[in-house]
Amino acid sequence: MVLRKILTDAKIVEQKSLAKDIFLMRLHAPDIAKAAKPGNFLQVKAQRGTTLLRRPLGIAEARGDDVSLIYRKIGKGTAELAAMQEGEIVSVMGTIGNTFNLNLKKPLLVGGGMGLSPLLFYAEYMKNASVLMGARTSAELFWEELFSPFVKEIFVATEDGSKGEKGFNVAFLPKILQQGKYDGIIACGPDPMMKKAVEIAKEANIPVEVSLERRMGCGLGACLSCAIDTKSGRKKVCKDGPVFDGEEVFF
Amino acid sequence: MKNPFSVELLGIKMNSPIITASGTFGFGEEFADFIDLSSLGAVTVKGTTLNPRVGNSGIRIHETPAGMLNSIGLENPGAKVFLNEILPRIKKYNMNVIVNISGATVDEYGELAAMLDVDGVAAIELNVSCPNVKEGGIIFGTDPTMAAKVVEAAKKRTKKPVIIKLSPNVTDIKLMAKAVENAGADAVSLINTLLGMAIDIKTKKPVLGNITGGLSGPCVKPVAIRMVYEVRGAVKLPIIGMGGIASAEDAVEFFLAGADAIAVGTANFVNPKITEEIREGLLKYLDENNCSHISEIIGLAR
Repeated sequence: MVLRKILTDAKIVEQKSLAKDIFLMRLHAPDIAKAAKPGNFLQVKAQRGTTLLRRPLGIAEARGDDVSLIYRKIGKGTAELAAMQEGEIVSVMGTIGNTFNLNLKKPLLVGGGMGLSPLLFYAEYMKNASVLMGARTSAELFWEELFSPFVKEIFVATEDGSKGEKGFNVAFLPKILQQGKYDGIIACGPDPMMKKAVEIAKEANIPVEVSLERRMGCGLGACLSCAIDTKSGRKKVCKDGPVFDGEEVFF
Repeated sequence: MKNPFSVELLGIKMNSPIITASGTFGFGEEFADFIDLSSLGAVTVKGTTLNPRVGNSGIRIHETPAGMLNSIGLENPGAKVFLNEILPRIKKYNMNVIVNISGATVDEYGELAAMLDVDGVAAIELNVSCPNVKEGGIIFGTDPTMAAKVVEAAKKRTKKPVIIKLSPNVTDIKLMAKAVENAGADAVSLINTLLGMAIDIKTKKPVLGNITGGLSGPCVKPVAIRMVYEVRGAVKLPIIGMGGIASAEDAVEFFLAGADAIAVGTANFVNPKITEEIREGLLKYLDENNCSHISEIIGLAR
């Protein structure tokens, strides 16, 4: 079912820094919070912002009347969001996009960097997942605390070895798959990570979904900016995704 | 009371002189959650070509100060799919549909115009100014003789009104407008995007996959206003003014410069309800200026 999208002004009820340049913004947006499902994203913009286009951000949490976004300050748009204070207004359009597979019995989440954000919503919603998380360094692994109330197991890898295994998280995926009987993998993170996760899942004969991020204009399927190539032709991340069967996507 | 916005443009009855610009509004249906599509003057649907096109590869959009560059490359499902699947599907929205077409050759414009001479299509807009495709496109938009040939080819094959969307990437827009008027065009849309480019200083390479792209958004408005003003002084054709309109005040400027109708483009991406907000703002402006109909402000800046 395709949900009706809405455009609304939402008040920031919480804005906090989780690590260097990484923020959690909680918004009071009852209609959006009720409609939100894991995998969905929002198109947001500071009400008095100076950037032109909205920024697509995955939903990290939807509880009661609030939705939370976890984002990294990487450009002008996200910097404007990060500079906002509690009580200020963000223009929100959503919910947008499809959902992850919500029927898995024992999912394994594979997330890197900000890709862990939509996976967090999935973990809380499902309460049956395990997660393999990757980060550059331990300071970026605030995710562990966020995931721990909702997941069965947490596997950690850092590129500098400051926490958990040393290296990219996907390097440890084959071993984890051998030890546990997962019925599906859901991956979100940098493209090379997802590409590798798909290869490993295919070898292990486990279904795999990926959630993609692309530059977006409208988020409505009108501007055609967020095109990707798949086995069934050119698709739009905003309208056909952001969740895709991992084996369908050409990375 | 008379509707201050009811206009007849090209023989088409419109509830409002507010149109949506091609390539910024999909096929209209993408915006049905947000606005009443039938309240618009018309919806100009995504640029259509004879055969399906997948468009350009790589990055296709890049935000710039007060604007954006795009290099989609006319991705569209082709005229047959539009006629057989999309047009019947969007009929229920009860909107005037203008179909924007692009040909690789003069003959293709004629062929497309003939194919689209069907019920449910209100008018045809010739895209002779897409900066993002290699063949055809911008060549037809920068050479007055070629633009005239495209208009003649289309007019010969359809009874629908033929609008031509002019490129701002020319030295003298008046020459282009005069050439297409003499060739029998029914109206002009102006402006299309301005050819632009951005470079990523980290990778030291062009940002867009297509290297160059079309600049749109608030930053192009002064160029568009100037061109509408100039063309108004040069030809009698109705003008659909567009280029960076993001508020009722912007729309008023276009009417004052001489536009008979306006089209909203990039602003739809930012605020899918923008056309409704512009309509309300225009109403207020007319009221404040003791005008009972939008036509009373057209061309007042001249």
